Amino acid sequence: MELIKLTIDGKPVEAEKDTTILKAAKTVGIDIPTLCYFQLKDMNIENRPGGCRICVVEVKGRRNLAPACTTLVSGGMEVNTHSIRVLNARRTVLELILSDHPAECLTCAKSGSCELQSMAQQLGVREIPYQGEQSTYRKDTSPAIIRDVDKCIMCRRCEMMCNEVQTVGALSAVNRGFMAVVAPAFEMNLEKSTCTYCGQCVSVCPTGALTEVDHTRNVINALADPAKTVVVQTAPAVRAALGEEFGLEPGTLVTGKMVAALRRLGFDYVFDTDFAADLTIMEEGTELLDRLTRYLEGDPSVQLPILTSCCPGWVNFFEHHFPELRDIPSTAKSPQQMFGPIAKEYFAKKLGIDRKNMIVVSIMPCLAKKYECQRDEFKVSGDPDVNYSISTRELAAFIKLANIDFDAMPEEEFDKPMGESTGASVIFGTTGGVIEAACRTAYELYTHKKLAKVDFNELRGFESIRHATIDFNGLLLNIGIAHGLGNARKLLEDIKEGKSQFHAIEIMACPGGCIGGGGQPYHHGDSAILKKRASALYREDAGKPIRKSHENPFIISLYKEFLGAPGSDRSHHLLHTKYFDRSASVFVEE
Amino acid sequence: MKQKQLRIALRNCGVIDPERIEDYIAKDGYLALGKVLTELTPEATIEIIKKSGLRGRGGGGFPTGLKWEITRKVHGDQKYVVCNADEGDPGAFMDRSVLEGDPHSVLEAMAINGYCTGASKGLVYIRAEYPLAIERLKIAMKQAREYGFLGDQILGTGFCFDIEIRYGAGAFVCGEETALIHSMEGLRGEPTVKPPFPSESGYLGKPSNVNNVETYANIPVIINKGADWFASIGSAKSKGTKVFALAGKINNVGLVEVPMGTTLREVIYEIGGGIRDGKAFKAAQTGGPSGGCLTVKHLDIPIDYDNLIAAGSMMGSGGMIVMDEDDCMVAIAKFYLEFTVEESCGKCSPCRIGNKRLFEILEKITQGNGILEDLDKLKNLGKVIIDTSLCGLGQSSPNPVLSTLDNFYDEYIDHVTYKKCKSKVCKSLMTYIIDEEKCIGCTLCARNCPVNAISGERKQAHYIDPEKCIKCGACMEKCKFNAIFIN
Amino acid sequence: MTKITSLTELKKLRDSLKEKMESYSLLDHPDSIIQVKVAMATCGQASGARPVFDYFKEELEKRNIPAMVTQTGCMSYCYAEPTIEVTIPGKNPVVFGFVNTRKADEIIERYIRKGELPDGVIPVNYETVISQ
Repeated sequence: MELIKLTIDGKPVEAEKDTTILKAAKTVGIDIPTLCYFQLKDMNIENRPGGCRICVVEVKGRRNLAPACTTLVSGGMEVNTHSIRVLNARRTVLELILSDHPAECLTCAKSGSCELQSMAQQLGVREIPYQGEQSTYRKDTSPAIIRDVDKCIMCRRCEMMCNEVQTVGALSAVNRGFMAVVAPAFEMNLEKSTCTYCGQCVSVCPTGALTEVDHTRNVINALADPAKTVVVQTAPAVRAALGEEFGLEPGTLVTGKMVAALRRLGFDYVFDTDFAADLTIMEEGTELLDRLTRYLEGDPSVQLPILTSCCPGWVNFFEHHFPELRDIPSTAKSPQQMFGPIAKEYFAKKLGIDRKNMIVVSIMPCLAKKYECQRDEFKVSGDPDVNYSISTRELAAFIKLANIDFDAMPEEEFDKPMGESTGASVIFGTTGGVIEAACRTAYELYTHKKLAKVDFNELRGFESIRHATIDFNGLLLNIGIAHGLGNARKLLEDIKEGKSQFHAIEIMACPGGCIGGGGQPYHHGDSAILKKRASALYREDAGKPIRKSHENPFIISLYKEFLGAPGSDRSHHLLHTKYFDRSASVFVEE
Repeated sequence: MKQKQLRIALRNCGVIDPERIEDYIAKDGYLALGKVLTELTPEATIEIIKKSGLRGRGGGGFPTGLKWEITRKVHGDQKYVVCNADEGDPGAFMDRSVLEGDPHSVLEAMAINGYCTGASKGLVYIRAEYPLAIERLKIAMKQAREYGFLGDQILGTGFCFDIEIRYGAGAFVCGEETALIHSMEGLRGEPTVKPPFPSESGYLGKPSNVNNVETYANIPVIINKGADWFASIGSAKSKGTKVFALAGKINNVGLVEVPMGTTLREVIYEIGGGIRDGKAFKAAQTGGPSGGCLTVKHLDIPIDYDNLIAAGSMMGSGGMIVMDEDDCMVAIAKFYLEFTVEESCGKCSPCRIGNKRLFEILEKITQGNGILEDLDKLKNLGKVIIDTSLCGLGQSSPNPVLSTLDNFYDEYIDHVTYKKCKSKVCKSLMTYIIDEEKCIGCTLCARNCPVNAISGERKQAHYIDPEKCIKCGACMEKCKFNAIFIN
Repeated sequence: MTKITSLTELKKLRDSLKEKMESYSLLDHPDSIIQVKVAMATCGQASGARPVFDYFKEELEKRNIPAMVTQTGCMSYCYAEPTIEVTIPGKNPVVFGFVNTRKADEIIERYIRKGELPDGVIPVNYETVISQ
């Protein structure tokens, strides 16, 4: 391809056609400050509305300044990224943005991770000369996400995520001018909208306008109550990201330190959601094989493909957008919600305590989990199977609050029995992991043969929609994988039109799977971080002595002792759920 | 005597019955369409438009022929001809007049454009606040279809073209072509960064030629009378005529169409009949809220695209609001800013927040709380907003402030330093005072004061309490002895 | 309505319509007639053009004056709305401003019947391009 020659700050630059000034500058080490611009390179996600105007640069011969994020290079262009005119404009624009932003940094949930705050530091703003009215809007609290729109700077990243990437359509700009905000249609509350609580808006919000509902205080209160036995479960993706909050290299596995820290925080039992993930594979794998066998036998009542159901954002999505397909996903509960009843109906009984005196806390990379554990069908006489779900970020803040030196923690083991897990369950945390774990078990259960090679590399990767054919000893199983709800939508449309060729599909609401969940440490658009987290999980899997769910000795004994067999009546009662049509539940408040 | 006005775009307005296509045909209507379809290639037609020197009448002044050529050259399975009838400048109504008085000329021009660019569909984006224009447009479209000027196999040729109407909800920013297209697509009416231009990627991502009503209205005449004729009218770089909506403190408020290069003096004094009540001319705002004001020193500048920009204003869509000695220029700047604050879409920060801050500073000044530093702030902020805003709205919204600062700095100083509004417009800077010599103590003022701010004994001089006074002016109106004055 | 299918056909139609239109204002032509045009754009209607239009239609008929009353677009004299244009065969058109029904009566009685010019005449201050 022909290269375009230009100069940036006097440096000669060569760039391909259709490159923006911003990207061309980066190739010669010039970092033009940006605010609304956002990119997750390997996920094909980009936000460049050209709205904040922080990245403006001077282009010789042009009347006004050019936004570097959207202006394409052209031959002979002379760009100056730091002329006095540029610096004055950039700073004035930032001062304007700050003049319409509450100066609540001391108490803001986003303080320290706020991109607006960093920008103010970078540009050395020490006072705000353009004081005036600030736009205000009502605060909106949903079961998982808080909207504090006063802090919104109209970067529109959330809107891009919600509409283009996730195709959920819950958030978009409304009103005009100074009163413009990003809000659900008709300015209804998020809870009344089609929001799936995937939390991707939160993970890209540069400021504190979108944050999670913080349940740390409830957890502390439970821990302080001597009458309560407090049990904690940690999701697979947490261990691959938590370290980032303590300055460790992304992709550092902190499983042992995390367990130790949780013990120091006072949890009575530190368990692993991975255990429940193995259980999920047993139930879901059995359901898959059952449906597959009946399908192959020509049973017309059987629907294929079977869809995974462990992601609550995804469950919310199809309940809202594809309620007519709600018979297709597996009825197996998510690992979080399988853990709950096992803890309260099995483990509590073993301990001889009433379920009401047991508090189950989950540590999740996810915000939708906060909503999931509040669903009515996951409660027994009003007592939720899982009481509180807190995110990876909230756990990190909790550890810091408790003055625990995380990096100095020893490596400790999970408690038994619900801390024992296999490599299969660990990879639940990344896209393709659930279906790989399912294949490992289903293959052996179906063929009654031992897998020659445990790793299904054909199911791994970051491409948005992937497919592979797995040979089950002559039976060719077509597997589909989608991460990101927009990609899921494509596969669902195919199913609706009867065009789908798949027998089983794994769907994760968040790009990258749980490692990129809405509750994870902020990646600020660095997709390399997501890849490192994923490879950390595959590393942990590879290092595990047992790598197939059905070989987990505690799972085997749980069935023997309590559940019977996968798919038994008790399993169905405790470990399976049903889905609802929520398409009509979106309404406008009077 | 040769008249100062020459009607090209308005040639049929006020002449024909806009609801009778036969009237239009009698005035050579659809002849230009017939001519291009049967005698000219699209390229040759575009060449005529290019040679005529016609530039976009919506404000930007982009060469029309060149735009057509670009739209023609961009590859696309479907292309669109868009008519921008989202006239939004306060005090501008030339597009409405054309659509209400001569709708067929726009339809004919759109069909000609369709032939030139390879588009088979036309869309008129018109604000719903123009019901009569919409009605007449619909009647015209129906008649044109009946006569075979729209539809399939137009005039017996293979050319097919038809037009639909799209309604705007009255957002000023939707006059910006990318915002207009988003609005037509059913999306939020906000602009996107250009390029890509609509000619490359417009309505539904297809190449779309967007021109304004007045631009289209010129097309049939150019085809019929030739490029050379059109190019002989106007100034060196601006050809043809321009319609202005003359408003404000002028005797003959109305539409005027003058050759480019006519001076402001000719427009105001010879056509407009001079300033109302024999007062002195102070300024003329051109280009609507995006423009700037021209002053006495600009009276003899020939009006065209380039001269107006050089004078710190712009052509815009052709609003021309005349101000006299009684107008306070700080208040005028504030008035326009209030409009842009209201009409900003909110997408980019300098326009969303910057205009609001400009307005707040102006408000502070008109309330008598301004300080000298505020004037520097206005200047810096204004320049940055122009320099950094995303679309034409923000890139021009500070113009009224900057041009009044340039031309009427004294008035700003009066407000800021001396806390005086000489034009007696800014209420906060006025004090109503009773002349003790003239007051006979009739008590009429006190009885009419809505806030009981006036006290005094009968047959004694009265007094207005400045703390209580709300400056409504009721006392001054009632006083029969001219005893009350404003300081 | 038959569709026009060629440029020649269009020109023929144009010529016949033009001739008919022009014949109205010829003094000695059998078709000649008094023409009243009322500016009926939004602005005209807002300032009262509709009752003026109706008045002319009804009154000219009542008073047995053969005339053609038509609507037209904006005549551009916003300051003088409602505006009308009266053409008496053989004479130049005359534009009147500030026309209400009282003024209309005066125009009928004085100008149309007697040829006297009442107040309120707006002098033509523009040239119009002739298409070809």
